[in-house]
Amino acid sequence: MALYVIKRLITMIPVLIGITLISFFIIHLAPGKPTDILTELNPKITPEARERLEKLYGLDKPLHIQYLMWLKKVVRLDFGNSFSTDRRPVIEKIKERLPVTILINLLSILLILVTAIPIGVYSAVRQYSFFDKVMTVFVFVGFATPTFWLALLLMILFGIYLGWLPISGLTSLGYEKLTLWGKFTDLAQHLLLPVFVSAFGGLAGLSRYMRSNMLEVIRQDYITTARAKGLPERRVIYRHALRNALLPVITILGLSVPGLIGGSVIFETIFAIPGMGQLFYQGVLMRDYPLIMGILVIGAFLTLLGNLLADLAYALADPRIRLGG
Amino acid sequence: MKRFSLLLLAAFFLLYPSINRGQEESGPSYGDTIVVGSIGEPSILIPMLASDSASHDVAGLIFNGLVKYDKDLTLTGDLAESWEVSPDGLTITFHLRKDVKWQDGVPFTAEDVIFGYKTIIDPRTPTAYKEDYLQVKEIHAPDPYTLVVKYEKPFAPALASWGNLPVLPKHLLEGKDITQTDFGRHPIGTGPFKFVEWIPGDMVVLEANPGYFEGRPYLDRYIYKVIPDQATMFLEAKALNIDLMGLTPIQYTRQTNDAFFKKYFKKYRFPAFAYTYLGFNLRDPRFKDRRVRQAIAYAIDKKEILQGVLFGLGSIATGPYVPNTWPYNPNVKRYPYNPEKARQLLKEAGWEDTDGDGILDKDGRPFEFTILTNQGNSLRIKTATIIQWRLAKIGIRVKIRTVEWATFINEFVDKRRFEAIILGWSIGLDPDQYDIWHSSKTGEKEFNFIGYSNPEVDELLEKGRRTFDIEERKKYYYRIQEILAEDQPYVFLYVPDALVMVSSRFRGIEPAPIGITYNIHKWYVPKRLQRYVPIP
Repeated sequence: MALYVIKRLITMIPVLIGITLISFFIIHLAPGKPTDILTELNPKITPEARERLEKLYGLDKPLHIQYLMWLKKVVRLDFGNSFSTDRRPVIEKIKERLPVTILINLLSILLILVTAIPIGVYSAVRQYSFFDKVMTVFVFVGFATPTFWLALLLMILFGIYLGWLPISGLTSLGYEKLTLWGKFTDLAQHLLLPVFVSAFGGLAGLSRYMRSNMLEVIRQDYITTARAKGLPERRVIYRHALRNALLPVITILGLSVPGLIGGSVIFETIFAIPGMGQLFYQGVLMRDYPLIMGILVIGAFLTLLGNLLADLAYALADPRIRLGG
Repeated sequence: MKRFSLLLLAAFFLLYPSINRGQEESGPSYGDTIVVGSIGEPSILIPMLASDSASHDVAGLIFNGLVKYDKDLTLTGDLAESWEVSPDGLTITFHLRKDVKWQDGVPFTAEDVIFGYKTIIDPRTPTAYKEDYLQVKEIHAPDPYTLVVKYEKPFAPALASWGNLPVLPKHLLEGKDITQTDFGRHPIGTGPFKFVEWIPGDMVVLEANPGYFEGRPYLDRYIYKVIPDQATMFLEAKALNIDLMGLTPIQYTRQTNDAFFKKYFKKYRFPAFAYTYLGFNLRDPRFKDRRVRQAIAYAIDKKEILQGVLFGLGSIATGPYVPNTWPYNPNVKRYPYNPEKARQLLKEAGWEDTDGDGILDKDGRPFEFTILTNQGNSLRIKTATIIQWRLAKIGIRVKIRTVEWATFINEFVDKRRFEAIILGWSIGLDPDQYDIWHSSKTGEKEFNFIGYSNPEVDELLEKGRRTFDIEERKKYYYRIQEILAEDQPYVFLYVPDALVMVSSRFRGIEPAPIGITYNIHKWYVPKRLQRYVPIP
């Protein structure tokens, strides 16, 4: 097992380098430069000034040299300084935004799990029942509803008409003066709508997936056997069927690990939440290469790690699977 | 807590209406906070390194310049009490105020300006504003409160360049790399507000500077709140969490007229310092002919564009300056909608519909061209569509193409690969537009991308930037506008209005050509209306 993990970790290195190489060149293929924000349509900039700026950012060197310079730093875990006007270290900018992104994503994945699994199981057990049909419609409505639209409607309802919840942001003005409990409730109130909205859209996938897994498992011979043994239906469903139907969910969870740090631009913009999605989006708009690459590298690493974890978890959960070297 | 105080306030209104009216007269009072909503987050609070308007908005409250534009858009002293320009226009002598202190208590002197100047011309400083300072031949301070700047050639825009860009606290930054210090996120200036904290992605908090040389601002705090979505910001304003925000034309005309907004907000509009135009690539033989450009100007109904695109919230542009500013010449040739005249001019230029297909042609080639504009700017796309429709009526077929911004600039504008473009300029307060209209500025990445060349305009531009005398400059820029109106290298379309909504509890707002926030340190909220009361 340990050998397997080490092997997998080692093979991750060339894959990661490959990913960075491709991303680096693709970003540089896009028209525009980080210096554009200072120079574009700015009559006060002369060609010499533009060259000076490009030199300052190291953009005058050939692309492969730029890549190697970048790579040399990254292997020492230094993502460099952002190219935006504040010139702050990339890692600092990411650190600032990571906690809230992870918090919201975790909460929403949790919410999805605790609602999607029961919905899926119940729909499968009572296939074509009224509940099943209603849920099918409900989750597809959720899947099809544009996030920004739903968010705005909920904001108007809960923020303006009812006045129960704050509209946007993470904390109220004067947050720092609140008591610990006050801080907690303030934060929770602010998180309610964003977490709900982001979970609502993700419900459909998992609940449908759960439903079809469950349907498949229920038709297996061993379930028939269990029933034939005279086990109570509850036990058949929750002990024997559910455990087997849950297995593929592990893969989904593994795949959602990188999603933990990737935010959604639209959603964060609407709720004015300073998350990773906005950071990345702005980075792309400004051609802030070090920032884009920093986020991509971390994302790529987490994707690979998520895959590995999923594979390991599989081995643990399913006795039929053996990992080995 | 907030809701509670609001209720209390409402009760107060019901019970004591007459007393309230009495208190209204009792003059400005200190206290309260203004929450300003912004779509963008500042990136750095050092004026010379900032390139976005959010950064300048906030840094402008923390820093002062030697000079500033007053509410009527004329240059006036700020940190400089007065200045003299030598008769040959080569030397500017600033006399600085002696009562100014940095917010950490250290006196402000001419050395700070020299330090700032040296920083801005340092090749290692990534700033977009170096050019004006590279014209300086020599700078020195005969005493701590006098600054002498010498130029090679008289350069009128130079005076305005001594705004807040080159003013930095030497005692805090000397010997440090300005891009690596923390100063840009914890600035110390001389301005009416002091920096308190910056919560990334959320807000920047400023508080009143008690030692401000024009007196402490009445407001205790200024909060610059980042809400990237215009609709969300509007909802926050509706929930009374935002005190000042910009409005879109539709919000201004349609969504803020009910009793609620009338009670809690006041709206302001004034011309923005920008205009939108249809520019022709003058290298194109069709557009080389001035009659063709004039014809297109006649064929476009600008009033209709103003109504359709901006709901009438703007004015028709007649040249590259904004109405009510001193360089603006109101008496230039205008092009009211006149399709007959357009057809006639095109006929003179040889464009006629000879084959009866409804499209004008010349030498067997139909008149069709593409208007290029950038993606994501719905105002420009709507404008293009209206123009397309109007030009079809006189027999010109127009196609519209929208391209993502970076591609638009790099691949099309810079490389001159366009027939006509819709774009806008935001204009500085100095009328010098040498870089946009001078025939020497047509190289790659330069800003006369349409390739305009008129020897008389060249000469006037040259003269305009070499004298400091406003009356004389006015003459030159008036004449330039006459020529541009005649030549129509751009069809000048509209000057949009800036639309702002401010909570009605603020007093002391005096709208002026420069806008409303120029005197924010004089704004106040009567005691009984104050919303944010400090908790001890």
